[in-house]
Amino acid sequence: MSIKVGIPRSLFYYQMYPLWQTFFEELGAEVVVSENTSKKILDDGVRICVDEACLPVKLFHGHVISLKDRVDYLFIPRMTSISKGEYICPKVGGLPDMIRSSIKGLPEIIDVEINLRKSGSSELESALDIGSYVCKDGRRIKRAYIKALDKFNEYKADVERGFIPGDDINRKRNIYVVKNSELLNIAIIGHPYNLYDSYVNMNLISKLRGDGINIITHEMVSEEIINSYADKLNKKVFWNFGRKALGSVRHFVERNDIKGIIFVVSFGCGIDAFIGDLAERIVRRNSSIPFMFISLDEHSGEAGLDTRLEAFTDMIRWRSKNESNFSAHG
Amino acid sequence: MKVTFPHMGNTYIPVKALLDELGIEYVIPPFNNKKALELGTKYAPEMACLPLKINLGNFIQAHELGADLILISGGCGPCRFGYYGEMHREILKDLGFNMEVFTLDISKKDISGFLRNIKRITGEFKPYKILKAIKKTAEVSKQVDELERLSFKIRPREIVKGSADRIYKSFQNSVLNKKGAKEIKELIDFTRKNLLDIETDKSLDPIKIGIVGEIYTTNDPFTNFRIESRLGNEGAEVMRPVTVSGWIIDHMIKKALGLKGDESYKEAAKPYLGAMIGGHTQETIGNTVLLAKDGYDGIIQILPLGCMPEIVSESILPSIERDLNIPVLTLIIDEMTGEAGYLTRIEAFVDLLKRRKEEGLIAGKRMLSWN
Ligand code: SF4
Ligand code: SF4
Repeated sequence: MSIKVGIPRSLFYYQMYPLWQTFFEELGAEVVVSENTSKKILDDGVRICVDEACLPVKLFHGHVISLKDRVDYLFIPRMTSISKGEYICPKVGGLPDMIRSSIKGLPEIIDVEINLRKSGSSELESALDIGSYVCKDGRRIKRAYIKALDKFNEYKADVERGFIPGDDINRKRNIYVVKNSELLNIAIIGHPYNLYDSYVNMNLISKLRGDGINIITHEMVSEEIINSYADKLNKKVFWNFGRKALGSVRHFVERNDIKGIIFVVSFGCGIDAFIGDLAERIVRRNSSIPFMFISLDEHSGEAGLDTRLEAFTDMIRWRSKNESNFSAHG
Repeated sequence: MKVTFPHMGNTYIPVKALLDELGIEYVIPPFNNKKALELGTKYAPEMACLPLKINLGNFIQAHELGADLILISGGCGPCRFGYYGEMHREILKDLGFNMEVFTLDISKKDISGFLRNIKRITGEFKPYKILKAIKKTAEVSKQVDELERLSFKIRPREIVKGSADRIYKSFQNSVLNKKGAKEIKELIDFTRKNLLDIETDKSLDPIKIGIVGEIYTTNDPFTNFRIESRLGNEGAEVMRPVTVSGWIIDHMIKKALGLKGDESYKEAAKPYLGAMIGGHTQETIGNTVLLAKDGYDGIIQILPLGCMPEIVSESILPSIERDLNIPVLTLIIDEMTGEAGYLTRIEAFVDLLKRRKEEGLIAGKRMLSWN
């Protein structure tokens, strides 16, 4: 029987699943991903986690609970940094410690530290460490990692072309076409685990799309563009998400095809509190593009979200119609 | 150009010494106060951490007194502190205040960069003078810490309650009128003598409480409702391993000189926390372990609402509480925290610790869970 590696469908999963799933499968392990977020997972997470944590961290606890009795290993890497000179978030860095302290009866945790902050640190080394839990053959791990990287790059290219994880992969060509149509473009910025978890965001993406909106996430903006804008910031943003968010916001306000910007924040997220605020200032100072926050927490109600989305898109449509006689600052 | 800087507990004393020694013109914002907090809360994003809000209030109040250059220390993550300067600048800009934010970034281990930074404010480049000023500042820092620790020891033991508070408070006020390291040190000496003159009960064996957590809320008496003085007056001896001066010495001075501070807490934290994750989590976890092993009766963790690294500490502390049989009380503070409810929890905790001590509960026996 093959070794079962559990990956919680939460946090980094949404950004990196093609990488780690392929990697472990190539090593002959069976990858078990927890089911989509549900009320039970949310409730379990909220119950076991400290009150003050942000929703995504609570959810992560819930996903771990749902997985822990079904797998031989839990994959909870210590994600200190996934990019040079940048961090992710203190909570993500301390995730394995939080989980260990809060949840009893855990299988062994693969908690290898991934820290690519310093130049010279190697992701391959981390991959070798991670792989060694399920396979002793270093060359095979290397091959598996290279294959996983290919998959991951393919996936990232898809996302840049307009694919949103959760979209039916076979329909992806249709989506690319949609991108160039006459639909209204709305840019959405937010942590991937908020954008792609439709339970948490109350189907935000499909709601907007159903309303004839074309969605452009910050993940669809290329690294080069993001960096060219992020480099102009006063001080280097030392959070991976923060750089992408602020870089893409500056890019969005300079594009003339973006009709609205939505910033999705987790209630209780320290990084969103700062980056969201700075993003709003950038938009308001440099453009007249309508801007809105959507804040997600365990008490968010769907009705309230629907009303706000409707008001937002109505306003944008009204503006587009009246664009010719509309002053820049309204 | 008039410099100002944020308040955090006793920080203003060493910083004042440094600016005096360097001959820089400055304004100390009014001590942390309700109005500062209100201003900060009004203009900062709602989910920003409390220290950012109070500091914003400090700057606005200092601006009213003529300050136009904000001096802060920087950082490069992972916690939000390293981005305070940017937030403050952007917020103040949109509010129409004409204030420059100057970050003394000492992320690199090089003293020359630090000197160049200082030169930008002083306008002159005299490494010798600057180094001498830094050395004096470090001395003042150390003595301020020692004085504070002395007050922690005297409060529970003094016969006439409130004596230490009175002397210490008067020190904090009169130091504003002193100029330069020498005068400040003289005042510290004078205050030390006064504190030592307080009549105390030498036979008393008080309960001992360690204070850990986020640096601002643990060190700033306005923010934590003077917790140390209250605990002391309730008969508890307090210890707070992370001090502002220690932070200045370790993070600014030693880092600039490429020296290492005391890092025993890092080892102690290891079994519970696998890596540095930002803020003071390593200190919180490590010092809790060290204090528990050192026979302390209880630990109080203080953090501002939404403090990212201390939320990680908060979820780890119950494991240490269990493993080392030491009660831990977590206090979360924000601009809405009501003093009454907060004090009730502290009093109940002190009572619990006193009871435990009396009953002679020792490690290994069943303990009350405290949550
Ligand atoms: S980045 Fe924000 S939402 Fe994500 S884990 Fe950290 S605090 Fe939570
Ligand atoms: S340690 Fe806490 S209070 Fe300090 S900057 Fe970080 S989140 Fe804010």
